[in-house]
Amino acid sequence: MDEKIPRRDAINYLLGAGLVALGGATLYPVIRYMIPPKASGSGTASVSAAKVGDLKPNEGLIFKFGDAPAILVLRPGGDPYTASDYVAMTAVCTHLNCTVQYRTDLKEIWCACHNGHFDLQGRVMSGPPPAPLDMYRVAIKGNEIFVTSEKA
Amino acid sequence: MVDKKKIYNWFDERVDLKNIEKFLEHKTVPYHKHSIWYYLGGMSLFLFVLQVLTGILLLLYYKPTAESAYESVQYIMTEVPFGWLVRSIHSYAANLFIGMVFVHMFSVFLMKAYRRPRELTWVSGAFLLFLAMGFGFSGYLLPWNQLAYLATNVGTNFATMVPFIGEWLLEFLRGGKEVTGATLTRFFGFHVAVLPGITTLLLAIHVLFVQRLGMSVPVSIERQIKQGKAKRLSIPFVPNYLYRDMLGWVLAMGVIVLLSSLFPWELGDKADILKPAPPHIRPEWFFVFMYQTLKYVPKVIGVFGFAIAGLIWILLPFFDKKSNRGEPNRLYTIIGVFVIAYIIILTIIGYVAPGE
Repeated sequence: MDEKIPRRDAINYLLGAGLVALGGATLYPVIRYMIPPKASGSGTASVSAAKVGDLKPNEGLIFKFGDAPAILVLRPGGDPYTASDYVAMTAVCTHLNCTVQYRTDLKEIWCACHNGHFDLQGRVMSGPPPAPLDMYRVAIKGNEIFVTSEKA
Repeated sequence: MVDKKKIYNWFDERVDLKNIEKFLEHKTVPYHKHSIWYYLGGMSLFLFVLQVLTGILLLLYYKPTAESAYESVQYIMTEVPFGWLVRSIHSYAANLFIGMVFVHMFSVFLMKAYRRPRELTWVSGAFLLFLAMGFGFSGYLLPWNQLAYLATNVGTNFATMVPFIGEWLLEFLRGGKEVTGATLTRFFGFHVAVLPGITTLLLAIHVLFVQRLGMSVPVSIERQIKQGKAKRLSIPFVPNYLYRDMLGWVLAMGVIVLLSSLFPWELGDKADILKPAPPHIRPEWFFVFMYQTLKYVPKVIGVFGFAIAGLIWILLPFFDKKSNRGEPNRLYTIIGVFVIAYIIILTIIGYVAPGE
């Protein structure tokens, strides 16, 4: 007798292979479907955050940068008409994605969720955040304060 | 190596696997020349599950408001990878599901499978058909296109004919006096929460009845067996029947995917209340026979006629004494054939007759 695969086994292999193919053909579109397509607008790296005069020295303001919040602060004693007196950075805490705020009393960026402190360069001063906040560039054009992502 | 026996025993101790195995081993399905009709119930079930799964996928992107519903479906059809496929499958399978439930019901009727002791299986099935039509009606509006908007105006308008609570019912369905975004949000709630909840419960009861009572053997076969002209044959549910079932499901899936790929489901134009109804407008095909009837008879007679006919249809098994005794019942067969013929002919007329 030759060593052949018995007929029943062969059919079982075929059936199994068919099922695997069917499973793959079903799962592939489903998984592709579940991954959201990239939104065409989210690449914009520059937004008008506020108008000159909206912020007094030692004040912060949260604005929308793309789909996420970002924070604009006018340094204590800063001049509202000088771009370099402003700082802007993401408002998404690097610890667990809470939205941070500017503490006028501490003159620091502070995350209320787990008491994370950042200085105005976005560096972690204390608390659990593992990394600094991403800094953005600030420019003033006419009356408007524009914030641009450093990465762009 | 993992000790399979050990894992088996661990689960067996907790969920009594042996008992489940024994049950599946002993479950059989009657086998005779009409047993092909048994597969329609399982097919309907498969299509329902397919609707649930593709429906969940659509929920990932769909937005149920008048401002964004149409755009979100457009987004699914054009931007989301395989979105066109998922939505087309949902639409084709929905129609196939309702068609399948209709055929399932009529095959049960003609084989008198509703006879004692299966009257409640029949009644629960009839309500499942109404629920399926409710799914169709509510789901049709969700893309918020012009045809759906008009169909929903016409469809919900019939609510006013219900005595005493008509006006109230209309406002309940529409979420106001007119079909608006409020209607859309409401229909969305019906379609993805209320109806699925009720249907799942009723479906469980329906399937439980089928399980408790087993499949009905047609009267004619039952008589042959009693007269010794035929043997009582059956096949095991696992794996013989189940494999046949699954083969049907794979075929159905193939047909649905083929249709979806060759003819992706249309979206139409966005709903606009300022646009008049186009000529030859008609509801979804499974409502056409009723819609067409209303062109020949006054609205009141038509609507109440169908309500009463539907009620009688549900109750017919309770009066079929002959089938209960195991005798053929020609009258009921004639009624069944008449109803099928009526639905088919009126549906065809609805599609081919020139608009008035």
